[in-house]
Amino acid sequence: MNNTQSSPFVSSTNSVSRVMLLVILALFPGIIAHIYFFGWGLMINMIIAINVAVASEVLMLKLRQRPILPFLADGSAVLTAMLLAISIPSMAPWWLIFLGTAFAIIIAKQLYGGLGYNPFNPAMVGYAMLLIAFPREMTTWLPPTGEALSFTELLNYSLFEILPAGQSLDSISMATPLDIVKTQTALELSLTEIGQQFQHVSGAVAGQGWEWVNMMFLVGGLFLMAKRTISWHIPVAFLSSLFICSLLYQLSDPAAHASPLFHLFSGATMLGAFFIATDPITASTTVRGKLIFGAGIGALIFIIRTWGGYPDAIAFAVLLMNTAVPTIDYYTQPRVFGHKDD
Amino acid sequence: MSTTSYSDIVHQGLWKNNAAFVQLLGLCPLLAISNTIVNSLGLGLATTLTLISSNVTVSLIRHWVRPEIRIPVFVLIISSVVTVIELSMNAWFHELYKILGIFIPLIVTNCAIIARAEAFASKNTVPHAFADGLFMGLGFTVVLVLLGAMREAIGFGTLFQQIELMFGEGATWLTITLVDDYRGYLLAILPPGAFLGLGFLIALKNVIDKRIGKKASQTVTLARASTENA
Repeated sequence: MNNTQSSPFVSSTNSVSRVMLLVILALFPGIIAHIYFFGWGLMINMIIAINVAVASEVLMLKLRQRPILPFLADGSAVLTAMLLAISIPSMAPWWLIFLGTAFAIIIAKQLYGGLGYNPFNPAMVGYAMLLIAFPREMTTWLPPTGEALSFTELLNYSLFEILPAGQSLDSISMATPLDIVKTQTALELSLTEIGQQFQHVSGAVAGQGWEWVNMMFLVGGLFLMAKRTISWHIPVAFLSSLFICSLLYQLSDPAAHASPLFHLFSGATMLGAFFIATDPITASTTVRGKLIFGAGIGALIFIIRTWGGYPDAIAFAVLLMNTAVPTIDYYTQPRVFGHKDD
Repeated sequence: MSTTSYSDIVHQGLWKNNAAFVQLLGLCPLLAISNTIVNSLGLGLATTLTLISSNVTVSLIRHWVRPEIRIPVFVLIISSVVTVIELSMNAWFHELYKILGIFIPLIVTNCAIIARAEAFASKNTVPHAFADGLFMGLGFTVVLVLLGAMREAIGFGTLFQQIELMFGEGATWLTITLVDDYRGYLLAILPPGAFLGLGFLIALKNVIDKRIGKKASQTVTLARASTENA
């Protein structure tokens, strides 16, 4: 059968599920790097999170009397679960993932009306909730050596909160580079002194392990940009605003402020820039709006990392800018062709 | 207006026109203080007492206050009542008074109180005004205690903690620990827990109202059908 198609010859339809699938695919380089440095915990967390997300989605769709399969097949719940699992420390008890994911899907997404109606990024709402409610569990990061705990040890901790004999949470976990820089600069240590004292975390630019995880998320993000799944505006505005802020402060006082490269490649910067801030539902939709939205997040991240109460700030920065999106969109409506600008 | 029946006042105060559920008045103390049952009960009873006293006083003088200056007069009455309550709580429930802190004097700004003075007490007889104050206050207290119980159970894993602040040392047996070695859920105790909790309670009330409405309309159609058949 050699049917000739009639016009329009549009090559592909960018359906929601296709977009979600591409984004999930693009997450994999980062996920692999994450598992390489922080162990199999992320895998366990993702399996729990995805199951909980799908179950919550089904439950809420049933309660709201919506068709289940079409909404479930769009893959957005799975993506939310994966983003949340990546943000949470790889060594985490199961109930932490359970609560965070259920909160993200049920309260931040479905109670607002489901996909397309939620004003706040669900994964980040879940993360912020966990960080506020369980500060201790949310800050126990393993050292990025890849062999701190084996798969079974991690599974044991996740399910029963049992640590290997003779170990305690404090002896296993380790402050993240962002955390160290924050607490040590607060003690008036200069950055070169911090680098000498904490060599095992300093790495090449932004902390051993962390810089590679960020690099891999950058690769995934560039893939999405090449595929035109996300536009360049938000990530570029996000990263350049963070770069400029940190550069200005580093130039003014190099001893007390980390380098722009450190800010760009530590914490969850790249994950935030390409995968979280670009969420089409909760981000600004106009071109100028996207630039303002991204730049606002970048600046807020620098502000919170430097003077705020938390070492990293992707979730709070994104949520704060989410609240500003209606205003940004209102004032950046493009001029309709043929109409006067007033 | 003086024809309002007492059963109507009860229904309005506790359910249909509930200050916290429906009018959404006085949310500031409601959200700020409702993290345990005891705090909720303390503030709820203080508010109820204020409502009763201010309603009765306003109703007593309703024939002699000129309408042009009624609002300042109401405000004066309410603030003196609140001052009396604040001083007595400081004297007899000092520990509870310290916990509730600024929210006791802030009862004066609770819009529910001046709203009842203006909308009900200034137009009704003293017994009616008393009943209205009592049931509006109780309606507010019930919601406050429900929210407090939810937040305390989820946040601390206990019920009635620090009950001795209200009823003396003899009442400590009332404190129930729901879960031993509970880690605590900070979110429920912090302000977001209050907003989420109140949201869920209002949703529950709306669901119940909807069910009742459905049942009522069903009985109406049934009744209509039976009369038509007859």
